[in-house]
Amino acid sequence: MTTLASTEDVVVEHDVVDTTRTVARRLGTGGVFIALGVVTIWALGTAVRAGHKTALKFDAPNTYFSVHNIDVPGRAVIIALGVVVVLLGLWQALRGFSKGTLPIATAVVGLAFMAAFLCWVSARAQGTQVDVLGLMQNSIGLAVPLILGALGGVMCERSGVINVAIEGQMLAGAWAAALFGTVLGSVLGLVSAAVAGGLMGLLLAVFAIRYLVNQVVLGVVLNVFALGLTGFFYDAFMQPNTASLNTPKVLGEIDVPVLSHLPVIGPLLFQANLVVYLAYVLIIVVDVALFRTRWGLRTRAVGEHPKAADTVGINVLAMRYRNVVIGGAIAGLGGAYFTVGSVGGFSKNITSGNGFIALAALIFGRWSPRGAVAAALLFGFAQALQVMLSITVPSIPSNFLQMLPYVATIVAVAGLVGKVRAPAADGEPYVKD
Amino acid sequence: MTDSGAVADDAPQEVPGTAVEAPADPPVVPPDSGSSPRSTVGGTILVTLLAFVTALAIGAILIAVSDQSTRDASSYFFSYPWDTFSRAGSAIGNAYKALFEGAIYNPHTAANHTAAGYLGPISETLVNATPLIVGGLSVGLAFRAGLFNIGGQGQIIMGAIFAGYVGFHWHMSAPFHVILAILAGMLGGGLWGGLAGLLKARTGAHEVITTIMLNYIAFFTLAYLLSVRGFQAPPYGQAISNPVDGNVHLWPLLGSSMRVHAGLLLALGASAFVWWLLKYSTLGFKLRAVGANPFAARTAGMGVENSYVTVMFIAGALCGLAGVSQILGTNTQITGDIDAGIGFDAITVALLGRANAVGIVFAGLLFGALHAGGSTMQAYTPIDLVQVLQSLIVLFIAAPAVIRALYRIKATTGSSGAALAKGWNG
Repeated sequence: MTTLASTEDVVVEHDVVDTTRTVARRLGTGGVFIALGVVTIWALGTAVRAGHKTALKFDAPNTYFSVHNIDVPGRAVIIALGVVVVLLGLWQALRGFSKGTLPIATAVVGLAFMAAFLCWVSARAQGTQVDVLGLMQNSIGLAVPLILGALGGVMCERSGVINVAIEGQMLAGAWAAALFGTVLGSVLGLVSAAVAGGLMGLLLAVFAIRYLVNQVVLGVVLNVFALGLTGFFYDAFMQPNTASLNTPKVLGEIDVPVLSHLPVIGPLLFQANLVVYLAYVLIIVVDVALFRTRWGLRTRAVGEHPKAADTVGINVLAMRYRNVVIGGAIAGLGGAYFTVGSVGGFSKNITSGNGFIALAALIFGRWSPRGAVAAALLFGFAQALQVMLSITVPSIPSNFLQMLPYVATIVAVAGLVGKVRAPAADGEPYVKD
Repeated sequence: MTDSGAVADDAPQEVPGTAVEAPADPPVVPPDSGSSPRSTVGGTILVTLLAFVTALAIGAILIAVSDQSTRDASSYFFSYPWDTFSRAGSAIGNAYKALFEGAIYNPHTAANHTAAGYLGPISETLVNATPLIVGGLSVGLAFRAGLFNIGGQGQIIMGAIFAGYVGFHWHMSAPFHVILAILAGMLGGGLWGGLAGLLKARTGAHEVITTIMLNYIAFFTLAYLLSVRGFQAPPYGQAISNPVDGNVHLWPLLGSSMRVHAGLLLALGASAFVWWLLKYSTLGFKLRAVGANPFAARTAGMGVENSYVTVMFIAGALCGLAGVSQILGTNTQITGDIDAGIGFDAITVALLGRANAVGIVFAGLLFGALHAGGSTMQAYTPIDLVQVLQSLIVLFIAAPAVIRALYRIKATTGSSGAALAKGWNG
């Protein structure tokens, strides 16, 4: 009897300690949800006149059958979505979602808010059609280089080398793809992008692994190096001879048979160019390789506890070299998207900070390929939304819209991720005793 | 486990820098037992010099490769190799001569026998060095506290916005106005840097990410302001701000024919301040303790989180001062590229200066000279070469083993930089 009581005591005490910590968190999250819902109802819902329709476009030509575009009364839908968000917030604040369901609830809240926002965009202009499919297409297009950059970073950092040089690897890739794509053809341009990215990776590997340079610092220096070197060669060769050295053919769109004709997902996923399909493949390959193969287990071992890995006979440094070079090559491919994948020619600093956003995606995605892809898609969406809003809502100053992806990154990293836990040995050079 | 690992790894790097300057230690006896400080300093200077020479050598190859006439000659290299070498030599010679003439002494302008003719290049070097020194101090100070401030660009922009606004919107008598504008600029940069510190302290968001993002946000904020009446200069056609009052101009140090201005004195003052702060102040001791080992610092009762905010505020204020120098000294109107890449160059300055105030002054002067010379060198080779040189110098300095292996120098202890940026877990 007494033993039972004492265990109960312990349990109760444990519970109390736990809840005092979580209650604030629970209320905080719930409060944010509720606030978002109230904003939805007030700022968006009441700003729309009762009669105005919302028209959202999902249809595209050349599909097996067409989808109906959504055509609904704007205000009612916005308010309904807002109410859903508020209810979810109330539930979270009062009862609290469990650890497993909270991410789902957060996703629902985010989606509901975005849907309400798009309804508002459409309805405020008296039912102007908002091309949701186009928005999603752009999101994926803008996310592809981020995905590849972040995957490259995953490869590096899982093996224990911090890669702040994603930007430099992408820039080198973009440059090589444009130059060699012009001379040798776009597909070989892609190969040279991977090689250039890989070489930048090798530079990172040598200085980080062999010379033990502080890896965060090294990454930044390598970014400056890549920026200077590509800019130098651009000015010296490519700009004076644009026609012969800087006019690669943009990779053509390849439609996957059958799949590309499916409504919505066809135009969204299966009418794209080679870089995009390579990205799909690499997402799967990296994810499977990292978590389902011997090589992946070794990579993670080397990134978490190199000494233990060394003890069981894994060659820590060789693993790291290989991973960093492969990671650099993947990031280089991502860079190629900026030249042969979209606009063709190279210009100075064409990656314009996307490597850093890829880095943020990597951290936001907690060093997992899937998480990184999801984060990259989110940032891609933020960029696409900015482009769309600058056309549909010209009253918002474009500069504020341009900030959107970066504000989103800060909110994501600060608000949702907080203190991160990287692979335990990430950034630590391994020196044998 | 992670933490102890990180500490163990960082400790040997930090020891030499801290130990020599730790206020608790008597200054006469250096606790660093391996080598006398003189030989370490000598070794450091030698490595720095060789890093510079090696970078110039690699740059020379790039110049030769990019030179059209050299490439023309190389097409018949095997029948007449001398042509290739002589043309490459003249291309390299011309470029580096222009670099020297732009940065230090130009015999052509000196032939005019005017002050500007003799001192013009030096003045340009100093003008370029001024913001680099202050920016380098900012990054270096953050390094000492274990933080990596890549947010120089944003902080410089914010500093320029605040200082510029006070400079052209408020009107008052001269001494107050200029002091107020300088303080406003420092406040602007400080708030922007402090924001990153606050985010790290409160949420754990890594400053590398937040400061980069804040750079973009500051950039677009400035772009917006440059399109707004009251900030933009009439007739509102260009993205350029109103000119600041004559009251707030930082006065030229060598007469109006040369651009070097009192911002240089501010930079030197800031260097002295940072030197004092790190070496003698309690705050500096705290910052270094947090930088060396945040866990030990917390155990010792120091507010690690507060120190993040403080150090990022000071670092931001220093970058704000760089912005002040840009808007009240070098320029009089704010444009979209007011930061001129200084935020990123400052990182290389801090690394070259090994995150200590004196080193940063010299590093700033060196890179200032590279920048000043780069603009005259542009006639012969793309200016991006300066960036390549800069990154190579820093790369070699960060990895002295490369230089030692190249030139077969014996290793000295303690020449690795005091600079440290924590990984994601730190």
